[in-house]
Amino acid sequence: MGAGHAKSQRGTEESLLVKWLLIGLALLFCLVFLLLPLLNVFAQAFSKGLGTYLDALKHPDSWAAIKLTLLVAVIAVPLNLLFGLAAAWCIAKFEFRGKALLITLIDLPFSVSPVVAGLMFVVLFGAQGFFGPWLNEHGVKIIFAVPGIVLATIFVTFPFVARELIPVMQAAGNDQEQAALTLGANGWQTFWHVTLPSVKWGLIYGVILCNARTMGEYGAVSVVSGHIIGRTNTMPLQVEQLYQNANTAGAFAVASLLALLALVTLAVKTFLEWKQHREFKLAQRATLAESAHAPPLMRPKSQ
Amino acid sequence: MPERKFNVLPGFGLTMGFTLFYLSAIVLIPIGFLVIRTLGISWSDFWRLATTDRALMAYKLTFGASFIAAIANAIFGTLLAWVLVRYEFPGRRLIDAMVDFPFALPTAVAGLTLADLFTRNGWLGRYLVPMGIQGAFTPLGVVIALTFVGMPFVVRTLQPVLENFEREVEEASATLGAGRLRTFVSVIVPSLLPPIITGFALAFARAIGEYGSVVFISGNLPYQTEIAPYLIWMRLEEFDYSGAITLALVLLMISFALLAVVNLIERWASKFAN
Repeated sequence: MGAGHAKSQRGTEESLLVKWLLIGLALLFCLVFLLLPLLNVFAQAFSKGLGTYLDALKHPDSWAAIKLTLLVAVIAVPLNLLFGLAAAWCIAKFEFRGKALLITLIDLPFSVSPVVAGLMFVVLFGAQGFFGPWLNEHGVKIIFAVPGIVLATIFVTFPFVARELIPVMQAAGNDQEQAALTLGANGWQTFWHVTLPSVKWGLIYGVILCNARTMGEYGAVSVVSGHIIGRTNTMPLQVEQLYQNANTAGAFAVASLLALLALVTLAVKTFLEWKQHREFKLAQRATLAESAHAPPLMRPKSQ
Repeated sequence: MPERKFNVLPGFGLTMGFTLFYLSAIVLIPIGFLVIRTLGISWSDFWRLATTDRALMAYKLTFGASFIAAIANAIFGTLLAWVLVRYEFPGRRLIDAMVDFPFALPTAVAGLTLADLFTRNGWLGRYLVPMGIQGAFTPLGVVIALTFVGMPFVVRTLQPVLENFEREVEEASATLGAGRLRTFVSVIVPSLLPPIITGFALAFARAIGEYGSVVFISGNLPYQTEIAPYLIWMRLEEFDYSGAITLALVLLMISFALLAVVNLIERWASKFAN
């Protein structure tokens, strides 16, 4: 009996040596490509002491970059959220021709290089662009100004909310909404009280991921911003500027804020997944308990 | 013909209208105008600008480094997914959560810290540089940055497949007398191949367009460590709009071709799974 057990173990599991070798290799890879880059950001940021760190962040140019980054996020994230909700509603709740094509088109910005994305807006609104002369005549500045930065950022982070919401909304199905409508709720009430609560975790994750990418966008913004220090430099551009000027500690100080944002994003994601998992388990247990206590007639009939 | 169910849900017209409007305004019209702008360049000019020596070297580096990085991601991503799903060890949940870190970290920060790690005085460079391994300001640096950026793709496409993988198949193989290695090679690998290839293609596509993480670590030397997206940026800085737009269109067409390939693989994989 004992020998047979050992044999079956060997058949479906690796030997202990192989197992720990694989774990060791995976950990080494994670050390070099995840842990060290992360720790290095904070180690370099604080390498000249807390005072230098705070001074670097309090510098007017860094402060201006932080404020601009927040401004861009405040405009870009809600717009992409609104789009994500609209796109997920029509894709997840309805059947229509060309749905697969629409989903592919929504994913398109993922496969466009950020530099090319920025270039598109230069082609549209730049001095030599299609609408450049007209904009110039009317004194509207888009390229090398805040509107260009916002547009390029929206393009790059366009799919995030929609991408997270569509599968969650599809999984939730239509039954609850139909029940609410039958009971007399209007469309908005149904959306607010039935649809939104059922997709809230996916929605929150989509928004924070979109936010992290918005604040961290570099390539596209770098093309349209013009790098005017204190005016059109976002945080990632400020990081580059400080690095170019050999102010490594300053560059890492600003970078540490962005790394912190990434860590918070991951923490929220992990928490949401845990929460979702727990709710799922609770719901499962509740259905089981209910069907056990219910009188025979009310038990869900199996097909 | 699937039966068409009567749908009582409201708001289709409104949400569809807004979706199409926003999609057109932000994505389709800008891409369209970029293409229209290229039509203004004559074919011979387009060919000349797209195939300058400097551009050819940039494509070579971009595709070569992206390919190597995607291969590295396929290998280490498979390893990581396997270890995370199959084994229990201290720190497993933390690593599982951290796999998405390259996805959440701004590319400029990634480039900055990787460049610093691999320079002569960096935490890794101080050991690697004396050994002759130059990670910063070399083509190897480009590969390192692209490997970092593409890391989550293979892990995240493979993980759910591995979780749902039926152990009975492995048990059957073992019962029939196959050793563990034989089972792994002839039973497990074939069914994991479609998600690995999908993850590889996604990482490759992402690497082709990647900019922020690379420009910090590569040094951007023309003909040596200059990637194609950086050359576009350079042309723009020189006010050579035609040059920038030509290269952008080449990159865009390649990205779209890759996207189509990824879609085909996914369709093939789902057919394969059934």
